[in-house]
Amino acid sequence: MTAPAVPAAPRAIRVPRQLVGTGTLLRFALRRDRLFLPAWVAVPALIVLATPGALDGLYGTASARASLFHQVAANPSFRALIGPLHGTSTGALTAWRVGVYAAALAAAAGLLVVVRHTRDEEESGRQELISSGAVGRRAALTSALLTALVADAALALLVTAGLAARGVAGALALGLGLGATGLVFGSAAAVVAQLTESARAARGLTAALLGAAFALRAAGDATTPDGSSAATWLSPLGWLENLRPYARERWWVLGLFAAAVAVQTAAAYALAGRRDLGASFLPTRPGPAAGRLGTAGALAGRLHRGSLLGWSAAFLAAGIVYGSLTDSVAGIVQDSAGARAIFRRTGGPAAPADAFLASMTGMLAMLAALFAVASVLRAHTEETSGRAEPLLAAPLGRLRWAAGHLTVAFAGSALLMVVAGLGLTAGYGARPAALLGACLVRLPAVWAVGGLAVLLYGWAPRYARVAWAVALAALLTGWVGPALDAPRAVLDLSPFTHLPPLPGAPVQWPPVLALTALAALLTGAGLVGLRRRDLTG
Amino acid sequence: MTTAITVTGLRKSFGRTRALDGLDLTVRTGEVHGFLGPNGAGKSTTLRVLLGLLRADSGSARVLDLDPWRDAVRAHRRIGYVPGDVALWRDLSGGEVIDLYGRLRGGLDTRRRADLIERFALDPTRRGHTYSKGNRQKVALVAAFASDVDLLLLDEPTSGLDPLMEEVFRHCVREERDRGRTVLLSSHLLSEVEELCDRVSIVRAGRTVESGTLTELRHLTRTSVTAELAGPPQGLDLLPGIHDLDVRGDRVRFQVDAAGLGAALRALTATGVRSLTSTPPTLEELFLRHYRQDGTDTGTGTGTGDDRTAAAR
Repeated sequence: MTAPAVPAAPRAIRVPRQLVGTGTLLRFALRRDRLFLPAWVAVPALIVLATPGALDGLYGTASARASLFHQVAANPSFRALIGPLHGTSTGALTAWRVGVYAAALAAAAGLLVVVRHTRDEEESGRQELISSGAVGRRAALTSALLTALVADAALALLVTAGLAARGVAGALALGLGLGATGLVFGSAAAVVAQLTESARAARGLTAALLGAAFALRAAGDATTPDGSSAATWLSPLGWLENLRPYARERWWVLGLFAAAVAVQTAAAYALAGRRDLGASFLPTRPGPAAGRLGTAGALAGRLHRGSLLGWSAAFLAAGIVYGSLTDSVAGIVQDSAGARAIFRRTGGPAAPADAFLASMTGMLAMLAALFAVASVLRAHTEETSGRAEPLLAAPLGRLRWAAGHLTVAFAGSALLMVVAGLGLTAGYGARPAALLGACLVRLPAVWAVGGLAVLLYGWAPRYARVAWAVALAALLTGWVGPALDAPRAVLDLSPFTHLPPLPGAPVQWPPVLALTALAALLTGAGLVGLRRRDLTG
Repeated sequence: MTTAITVTGLRKSFGRTRALDGLDLTVRTGEVHGFLGPNGAGKSTTLRVLLGLLRADSGSARVLDLDPWRDAVRAHRRIGYVPGDVALWRDLSGGEVIDLYGRLRGGLDTRRRADLIERFALDPTRRGHTYSKGNRQKVALVAAFASDVDLLLLDEPTSGLDPLMEEVFRHCVREERDRGRTVLLSSHLLSEVEELCDRVSIVRAGRTVESGTLTELRHLTRTSVTAELAGPPQGLDLLPGIHDLDVRGDRVRFQVDAAGLGAALRALTATGVRSLTSTPPTLEELFLRHYRQDGTDTGTGTGTGDDRTAAAR
């Protein structure tokens, strides 16, 4: 390239032409994500920072920690779920107990942020307008990666600072490991975003990537007690444990993270440089020229098909894993007075195995409530996006239209619990009737949360999303409340608290029937509102 | 039944925004009725009330002799609708969506469906998210024209269509009229309305300001006259009904109300006419005159340039 005849205006830093505008785009991205990013950073950080205190209560003595260490070393299914334990300090226990899950959360945040600022922008057409400005060809991708870097750096800083009191080196290793995991997956998403035409397909692929990484690590950790298997090393989710925070840190593993980020970033830039704006390497396949859908119910089934399949697979897998873990956990719980107390609060005063199964079915039911809310609110999305309008302009009543989505929400959540019951039975290898019953007895609470979503959607669609907050609050109370020894009055706010913790507890019909009636009432009232109000959007 | 749609005194507010403020509309059975008005005039709100998607605050509306709110499903069996902004499901192909709408209305004419797809040059195998705006519009148009209904409600149906496709659309509307169907066409394209519509209603700020056949509307308005005279014009400025008089030497341009046309011509011939062009008001002029009232109501109302900017907004 020849030098320009007229020298450019003198500037302190010459920005490469391809990167012009990166700073502006980065500031814009951070402004758009001013709620999303802090939340995604805060959740994994808080999980990590809250853990040492909880562990102090559970495994306060060196002998208790040593006994846990030996149990984990001897138990492949436990290692598959959480990972191997490398030391007996509280710091090592913290890195073990929440490391993989915090890493998975950081990874998910990285994936979402990068897809959101790359493929999402292109698909929506917003990128076209931005790229038509004085913006370099690589500025968009660079600013997306920098956005992820900002979030991951914040996470690393928070974790390091928050855990420094337990040992600076370990805190730094855990913080850097978590941030680096987020960045590895963020740069992986930058590659995936070049491949697919739709942001949703990109998100689906990255979710599959994360799932595969978790499965690889689980398989590797099940086979070896120290995370040294090839499968663990192949999964970026296995690198954090191999960095060994609080257990003679192996700093060179950070180089592995850096290499992966460098390779993936280079690949993303190379791919991005070879395609047009909005184009992709995996083309969308054409669909059928004629359709078979003919009713609102069939349409709803089609729209929810993917989500229902994904949730069912996850519930089946979770059921199998929890079922097969039951006996080992029962053994560990038996040895820890603190853990026994927690399980008593979530699972009732039953035998440890029953208490564990009861608290796991309760957990799954709270997750099923998220599915119910998502499915009910799909009707809301259909309405606000304008897709419901032409359907309701056809001879299709509002109730029949809504019934499609509500059937998926209510029957679908029942299906999820049945699938979870089958998974638990398969994993546990016994007591099918008791386990199915344990899963089904939670349904009234799931339906009540779904009914609340219908009520909000029917009468105040603008506030329909409050149902998410309710479902998440129920999940948090059920999940964290017992461990924090929250007061009974707070726990009682969740409908899930009122249902009998089967198996191992006596069946009490009054709360079951009352919550079922409440769910029906909320749903009916919501539908009355839907019939009476104006269509929005 | 001679009217397909009767609307009187329709009012609808969204919070503090008044969308409809006593709107009247009569659409006769078998006619193509143009529904004109600036953005935000209340056209789409009216159509949504007619479909029972919104409930009017007051006033009455009858569609095909049914109450659009209470008998929505019965009415919809005989109504085809094309929204102004067609949203599709991202993973469903265009063909699937056309068939879904058709089945919901009780079946499609498959030969007409195939014919329409070919005429509109639509690829029905593409997924919803890969269609451009114009192609999404085509999906809704094919679904509406291929279904067996008595009344078509079209909300700016040609936005995003290229001129060739617009021509196909006009053909289809004429065919619908020839088959005895009623069409309510909300539009911004004045040439389209002028070419297709038997009668026109102009709405502004939620109220009907003009309604009738184009001839009737023209009668109510002014003719533009440009003339070259034998000498300077005499006494034109004293005549009633003359507007925007512009005299440049022997050349004269003005607009004149229908009632004042005779007197104006007599005044011109008195001076001697070398050449004369008189053009009937175009729909555009009619339209702009009503739109411009926004500007003249609030502004000083003298400069036509200001008015034009106000109307173009």
